[in-house]
Amino acid sequence: MQLAYIARRFAVFLLIVWLAATLNFFLPKLSGQDPVRAKLLQSAQLGGYVHAGLEDMVKEYDKRFGLDKPLWQQYLTYLRDTSRLDFNYSIANYPRTVREMVAEAVPWTVGLLGITTLLSFAIGTLLGALLAWPGAPRWMRWLMPPLWALHAIPFFLLGLILTYLLAFQIPLLPIFGGYTAGAIPSLSIGFVWDVVSHALLPALSIVLVATGGWALGMRGMMVTTMGEDYVTFAEAKGLSSSTIFLRYCLRNAILPQTTALALALGQILSGAVLVEVIFGYPGIGALLFQAIRENDYFLIQGIVFTVIVALGLATLILDVMYPWLDPRISYRRA
Amino acid sequence: MLGYLRRNVSLSIGILLLSLLALFIAIGSLTVDTDLARPLSVRALQPPSWDNLFGTDRQGRDLLAAMVAGTPLTLKIGFIAGFLGVGIGTVLAFIAGYYRGLTDTVIRGIADIGLTVPGLLVLIIIAVSVRGGLTVNEMALVVASLAWLNPTRTIRAQVLTLRERGYVEVARLNGMSGPEIILREMMPNLLPYLAATLVNAVSAAILASVGLEVLGLGPLESPTLGMTLYWINFNAAILNGWWWWWVAPTVIILIVFLGLFFLTVGLDEIANPRLRQAA
Amino acid sequence: MNQPVLRVEGLRVAYDHPLGLVRAVDDVSFSLTPHERFGLAGESGSGKSTMALAILRMIRPPGHIDGGEVWLEDTRLLSLSDDAMRRLRLAGIALVPQGSMNALNPVLRIRAQIADALDDHGTSLPKRDFEKRVRELLHDVGLPPEVADMYPHELSGGMKQRACIAIAICLRPKVIIADEPTSALDVVVQRQVMATLARVQQELGAAVVLIGHDMGLMAQFVDRLGVMYAGRLVEIAPIGQIITAPRHPYTQMLIASLPSLESKGTMQGIPGLAPLLRELPSGCAFHPRCPRAVARCSAERPELRDIAAGAQAACHLA
Repeated sequence: MQLAYIARRFAVFLLIVWLAATLNFFLPKLSGQDPVRAKLLQSAQLGGYVHAGLEDMVKEYDKRFGLDKPLWQQYLTYLRDTSRLDFNYSIANYPRTVREMVAEAVPWTVGLLGITTLLSFAIGTLLGALLAWPGAPRWMRWLMPPLWALHAIPFFLLGLILTYLLAFQIPLLPIFGGYTAGAIPSLSIGFVWDVVSHALLPALSIVLVATGGWALGMRGMMVTTMGEDYVTFAEAKGLSSSTIFLRYCLRNAILPQTTALALALGQILSGAVLVEVIFGYPGIGALLFQAIRENDYFLIQGIVFTVIVALGLATLILDVMYPWLDPRISYRRA
Repeated sequence: MLGYLRRNVSLSIGILLLSLLALFIAIGSLTVDTDLARPLSVRALQPPSWDNLFGTDRQGRDLLAAMVAGTPLTLKIGFIAGFLGVGIGTVLAFIAGYYRGLTDTVIRGIADIGLTVPGLLVLIIIAVSVRGGLTVNEMALVVASLAWLNPTRTIRAQVLTLRERGYVEVARLNGMSGPEIILREMMPNLLPYLAATLVNAVSAAILASVGLEVLGLGPLESPTLGMTLYWINFNAAILNGWWWWWVAPTVIILIVFLGLFFLTVGLDEIANPRLRQAA
Repeated sequence: MNQPVLRVEGLRVAYDHPLGLVRAVDDVSFSLTPHERFGLAGESGSGKSTMALAILRMIRPPGHIDGGEVWLEDTRLLSLSDDAMRRLRLAGIALVPQGSMNALNPVLRIRAQIADALDDHGTSLPKRDFEKRVRELLHDVGLPPEVADMYPHELSGGMKQRACIAIAICLRPKVIIADEPTSALDVVVQRQVMATLARVQQELGAAVVLIGHDMGLMAQFVDRLGVMYAGRLVEIAPIGQIITAPRHPYTQMLIASLPSLESKGTMQGIPGLAPLLRELPSGCAFHPRCPRAVARCSAERPELRDIAAGAQAACHLA
């Protein structure tokens, strides 16, 4: 039963991936335009010259996709390539491949946003739970207004203020890029610190803003949960307040939060645009932004596909984990 | 009224902050020459002085004038998109929630799918594909194109719970027509909730529009708050020590968002008094 | 006469309300002898469920106990430390929650919910003994041992209620407070649950306070009944006496509202509404609804007084 459930979820995931790939293939066909030739034409108009690689690329493109062949054959070829994560060349950065560029960018984004999202989730959820708990220390009440205020501020504004404080007033942190230009990537302490210090400023702004959101959501859920009958009965059972807090309140109140976390993790790749552009961080968001501006069709396709797969993957993991978190779910669906 | 405001602290703070902002715009537009918000109208990069209270930026714009002219533009984008979003959302939500059936399935399906699509991504693609830059009004429409999704979903949920209430049942048994029940029985009960949703939507719309602008995808010719932030970033004003350039827009944006946020919290309290006990 | 196991003396519970103090329980006294089954009846809002929470010292703000005493044998509950009071819940006085409540944690198996109770009272058992204890407890309430591995949503309403009883008796309490344990259950299941409660009570030798508004159920189960109205006890008497010869007009109307074989079709409700605790009528709180009210009733509040052997009523006319 459990296995069938997981298999079904996985099938849904594959369906999403297939749909995304198919849309990626057919939408440009529908517009009747050939993105590569359009781009070629555009740069010829703009710059008055055609850079050398482009001709090669068009030839390569025609050959690989067999544009003379029937549509269904093109489609199958495309599906085969996509399943190999082969998204063709970047139009603007020929001869670099899309896969190469995406693979380079993803770790930066996952590193920065993955860690900050998990961190703010953990801190925010715990804070929110304590803020709703009558037995929490009194001083915690004073955290509410600043948390609210931080939550209401757009993150880029906070980034601006932090940049001023931590990079200009006290020149503590670098503000731009993923590592110092010219540094040689290695596993040395120096380079690792370089990477971490570059990530601190954007990370801090994300964590400060996001923590408030998680805390507010959790606090609301805790208040609702604490009104539940089973909490009253738990108290009547003479359970210690730490048991009631952890196993009866928090354990239940956290369920909707985990749904939100999975969605937030899935949205990381796309949500990264603002952060990465502002802080010049070399992640997928910045790459996508650049691709959109340069009309780099294949690169956009590759990133959008990656983003959708990420979203699908996050949903899949959530779906598989959820029955374990909430026993009522598997019962209802199985 | 005053007594209530004293108890609903969030609402009071929200109203106070937004009134301050309104006052600033009102006095500003009466006393400041907003023509100075155009590039090359004053000496560039001057710190605050009696002639230019907020200083000037690198393109030779008077920042006080830019704020007086730009703040209403940013608010305008938020209001147009927010009202459109909640308006469309409310209509759809009532249709879906009241009539249920296939209509409901379709509307809910579209809203749910729409909400899982990363919003900013779509907005970026729309904004980029509109060639030649956006005007302020176009900007508002771009933001509005996604602003109805969230209100549709949340208001629909409210309608569903209202639908089961006794007085709606009674009205139905009394032979009241669907639209009549919606307008006369359900609407009044939802008003505080709709107000909170509206403020929320306005805030989200401003956030989205400023976000697009910071990326350089806004109306390049207009001195909106987001565009000012874009130029600040573009010119690395912080690291160059031009503090006056970013202080004014930062403070104003802070007031806008905090004001709207506290207003929502206050309205939520009216819509859902039980929250108060928890606070 | 036995030494009482539970004594409630002049207990008062008040709620802070923006418009002043609201008294939900006012000057209530009664006592239970060991093995006794005592009933507390009244309309919703009469303060009977508040009584249960007050005895367990579980009134949450803005409510608080503002007078009186509760004794469990020789222990004065209101002067215990919070931690001592916590330990006394379940071990000394156990609650069986309302049948309509989701009293079981939806994400924990029944076994874990029993384990929590044992662990937090410092009575953790080695694994094998614990498994045996769980099986015994479930057996006591008529549940198969597999229930230990189940989640609440996998149980029917009656099974959930039995599981609650199993938890309530796991530390062999001296007093069980059952607050409408069969509300929202259908009649057949109601009987089974009450029979289970009666059986475990006998095995444990515990006293039971049964709270409810179903006079029929009371008549079948309890030895003695207290009737509450607007936060006050208006009558206490052995069940036989109260059913055959109720003294207080309110009790009389409660009894008259029972469907019986003789008076088919003439079932009577009680006219009028229960009063708002915030604006209680002067004198006897029942006088606006009382068919026999006289001038004195609206002026002077009747105190509970002896009217027969073991029977008390608070009515000028009794």
